[in-house]
Amino acid sequence: MTLKEAKAGMTVKVVSLEHSDLKQRLMSLGLIKGTVIKVLRSAPLGDPMAISLRAYNLSLRLADADKIKVEVV
Amino acid sequence: MAVLAVALTGNPNTGKSTIFNELTGARQKIGNWPGVTVDKKVGYTNYRERAISVVDLPGTYSVDARSPEEKIVLDYLSQEKPDIVVDVVDASNMERNLFLTIQLLEKRIALILDLNMMDEAQKQGYKINVKKLGEMLGMPVVETVGRSKQSTKKLLDVFTATVMSDYKNSELIELHISKVNDILEKTIDKEEAEEKIIALRYELIDQIISSTVVRPTATTSVSEKIDRVLANSFIALPLLLVLVYAVFQITFTWIGQPLADGIDDFIGDVLTPWASDGLAALGVADWLQSLVVDGIIAGVGSVLTFVPLIFTLFFCLSFLDGTGYMARVAFIMDPIMRRAGLSGKGVMPLIMGFGCGVPAIMGAKALDSEKDRMISILVTPFLTCGAKLPIMALFAALFFPDNAADVVFCMYIVGVVMAICMAKLLNVTTFKDEKATFLLELPPYRLPAMKNVLLETWDKGKGYLIKAGTIIFAMSVLIWVLSNYNFAGPTDDMGESILASLGSAVSVLFTFHGFANWENGAAIITGILAKESVVSTIGVLYGVTDISTAKDAEAATENAVKLAGSMGGFTALSALSFMVFSQLYTPCITALGTIKKETGKWKWVAFAAIYTFVAAWIVSLLVYQIGSLLGY
Repeated sequence: MTLKEAKAGMTVKVVSLEHSDLKQRLMSLGLIKGTVIKVLRSAPLGDPMAISLRAYNLSLRLADADKIKVEVV
Repeated sequence: MAVLAVALTGNPNTGKSTIFNELTGARQKIGNWPGVTVDKKVGYTNYRERAISVVDLPGTYSVDARSPEEKIVLDYLSQEKPDIVVDVVDASNMERNLFLTIQLLEKRIALILDLNMMDEAQKQGYKINVKKLGEMLGMPVVETVGRSKQSTKKLLDVFTATVMSDYKNSELIELHISKVNDILEKTIDKEEAEEKIIALRYELIDQIISSTVVRPTATTSVSEKIDRVLANSFIALPLLLVLVYAVFQITFTWIGQPLADGIDDFIGDVLTPWASDGLAALGVADWLQSLVVDGIIAGVGSVLTFVPLIFTLFFCLSFLDGTGYMARVAFIMDPIMRRAGLSGKGVMPLIMGFGCGVPAIMGAKALDSEKDRMISILVTPFLTCGAKLPIMALFAALFFPDNAADVVFCMYIVGVVMAICMAKLLNVTTFKDEKATFLLELPPYRLPAMKNVLLETWDKGKGYLIKAGTIIFAMSVLIWVLSNYNFAGPTDDMGESILASLGSAVSVLFTFHGFANWENGAAIITGILAKESVVSTIGVLYGVTDISTAKDAEAATENAVKLAGSMGGFTALSALSFMVFSQLYTPCITALGTIKKETGKWKWVAFAAIYTFVAAWIVSLLVYQIGSLLGY
């Protein structure tokens, strides 16, 4: 599944990142293969989503989250 | 001894600015880095008879030269070679923060690691082996708590006692560097190499963290609990509206406006009579008296009355920004902004546009992509800035006395709708090839340091003061000259003045708008110099003083009767059309100057000046013509 499909409250692990404009920025921010992510919530209008990783919170759009493959831990 | 050059670097949201402000206080200079629109902050201090300069480099997550900020940090550290490099790290968020640290060490830039906000980290239950951390990196480590005299002194002690060349990368780091070089040699694909190196850095970080940091067992943080209300549920949006409303109330009703009224009273009741009497007593020529009192004091004074509003608004916005709430605003608003092709981060500069377009245009530099920045800059002028508000308030009070507030509110809406439409249009035409992105840290909520908020407020607000002292001063003199002289010499009849000639030339454009007389044409011209001038020009030209300063309802009505009588050209409908035009047309000279500064191109200045005029002309024409058809 992709990060986009993960529900609020789920803890997932990054499997791979699809190529995109944001890929290297995401990786620099610590979103690499093996990183454990907790899905916090979606914004009130459904998009973007907020996640917690490496002791900080990050928000990203669902379209970008869709390019991150994850598995449930 | 030479000045000790210190450079502060680090991620955003690490308290770096707080440390900078604590170190240097008000002794700061804020300029621009050459060629780019990024703030350059330099401050000075003395410690134990040593002169110290501190550069606050832009906060970045990495130094890959992907953004102007990252390039500045990298160039400054590797070319200017400051005596002391401080890497400010949030102690409770070391994993991500160390990424930048490792990158700097890879470039063999020796640094002092400042574990900041140690108090917060300890409160959360983090235990950090500082000595071990220093050994693993090979660099000195200092613990600080941001806003404290003790921490500031500690840092200054370290700065003055440390010689960076004494420090070399640890073996661990050097081993890491050799692995990085290995990848660079063996991997042909550049992207693949970079991704491998990023993974390698996090491997090293994980190794360092696991042997130096004991993490608390996961609990729900206070920030997370706040976010469950402010960023999560259905009440997030109404709450955001309430907060924006509160900011406007504070600015325009509770604090800003009373202060503005105070200044207005002072200028009207104290300064003007004093200057008139004083100049008369000195036997100064009549024309000079008129220039000083009617021209300069009236013109500059009308701008000064806006200063409290501007400062109050910036104070509120800086405060909200310091709490971390502005990141949530971006989070909540992103889907709405995206419809117009912008990112959620664009909300904040645009909100500022309701105060003054100048800082709003400057604020656009905080956005991620060139496209976001350009569109934000180009649509900001449509919003109702503080200087347009008096125009709206005046005309609404005169021509729509029964529902003035609603009409003013509608003008705000007209501005917002226009901004959204134009953003959309620019998005699919001029900037269709570039993508807007959104990736935003949601920092923990914090109570902002008052010193930071005040310094930021001052920094942003002082531009307005400078404007009052320079351009408005010059314009006041110019308008006075234009309205008191014609090509033959001085004239007492303003209808014969140069301004009248210019005004009637311009007013031809508005033949089908219902307000084509030279007074309005003149007001429109002066409005390009400064929007404040529209009201003052109309006041002067229609021969009504105290136009915007009526103290009570009775005085206001009296003015209204006077004006409606003298403003023979206006009907309610043409007044509405004039309001819409004033709301949308060409931004003031200061805003255009800021656009030049931020975009670097005259092309965009010309574009911004012309397309807003055309848009305003069309929309106000539609208002008048459709209104006429409907029988108003």
